[in-house]
Amino acid sequence: MTLGPHAAFIIAAYAAALAVVIGLISWVIADHAEQRRLLADFEARGVTRRSDKEAA
Amino acid sequence: MALIDLANPTRFLALTGRILPWLAIATVAVFAIGLYLVWFVAPDDYQQGATVKIMFIHVPNAWLAMGVWAVMSIASIGTLVWRHPLADVAAKSAAPLGAAFTFLALLTGSLWGRPMWGTYWVWDARLTSVLVLFLMYLGVIALWRTVDDPTRAARAAAILTLVGAINLPIIKFSVDWWNTLHQPASLLRMGGPAIHPSILTPLLVMALAFLLLFLTLHLAAMRNEILRRRVRTMWLMQAHAAS
Repeated sequence: MTLGPHAAFIIAAYAAALAVVIGLISWVIADHAEQRRLLADFEARGVTRRSDKEAA
Repeated sequence: MALIDLANPTRFLALTGRILPWLAIATVAVFAIGLYLVWFVAPDDYQQGATVKIMFIHVPNAWLAMGVWAVMSIASIGTLVWRHPLADVAAKSAAPLGAAFTFLALLTGSLWGRPMWGTYWVWDARLTSVLVLFLMYLGVIALWRTVDDPTRAARAAAILTLVGAINLPIIKFSVDWWNTLHQPASLLRMGGPAIHPSILTPLLVMALAFLLLFLTLHLAAMRNEILRRRVRTMWLMQAHAAS
């Protein structure tokens, strides 16, 4: 497989797509971990939502 | 389970928690098939040569750029008409994803344009209207971040989103209405696709892969947003208890 005289443009496009997709996945995973950590912090201090108390 | 039950955030979290791993696996599998077809099966274009490979990521991202705004517009109707918080969550979570796909459509289009057109950028109708879409995504994200109360932010963002939806037909038909450097529609057009099946099939598989990626990331981001609102509620309760 040869990419011809414009190989740099093809590789740059795929590299950019890969970087953006990895960035989006990392953002979603990091955000989830952060929100879980904050919720755990509140629960550890005894702060719970009204609906959580009713469910308990 | 009725569809309306999904509108309950707790049930939404439970259901998406079960669906997400399978959706992620399907996304990876379809990407693997799509990239195999692109790199080892699809022929080079008779005029563009191997540069046509850029199309397999440019076109799906361009479709998603518009499709995500359409999703946000439908969610905005849910916000304004039914005032449902899950509609706000859907719209807010989709905006950064739409911005990323639009950025990729612009960037890969530019990288495709340089060897094919001889320039990275021209201020023609298609390119400019997509740039406007990207700026509108940034505007909606900024609006969400500017207004502290999620309910007020949702209504303002919903109005901006619905006004911005006017841009979608402009983008789609810009290549027909004005004389542009961008080629006219070759897939979604009267008379059927103008692309040979050997290139059309990998393109559709890659489009499905990016669609699955969006669905996976959108559901995950919606879950995060629901958790963020629970954190905010707890923070307000704690502040109220302290005062």
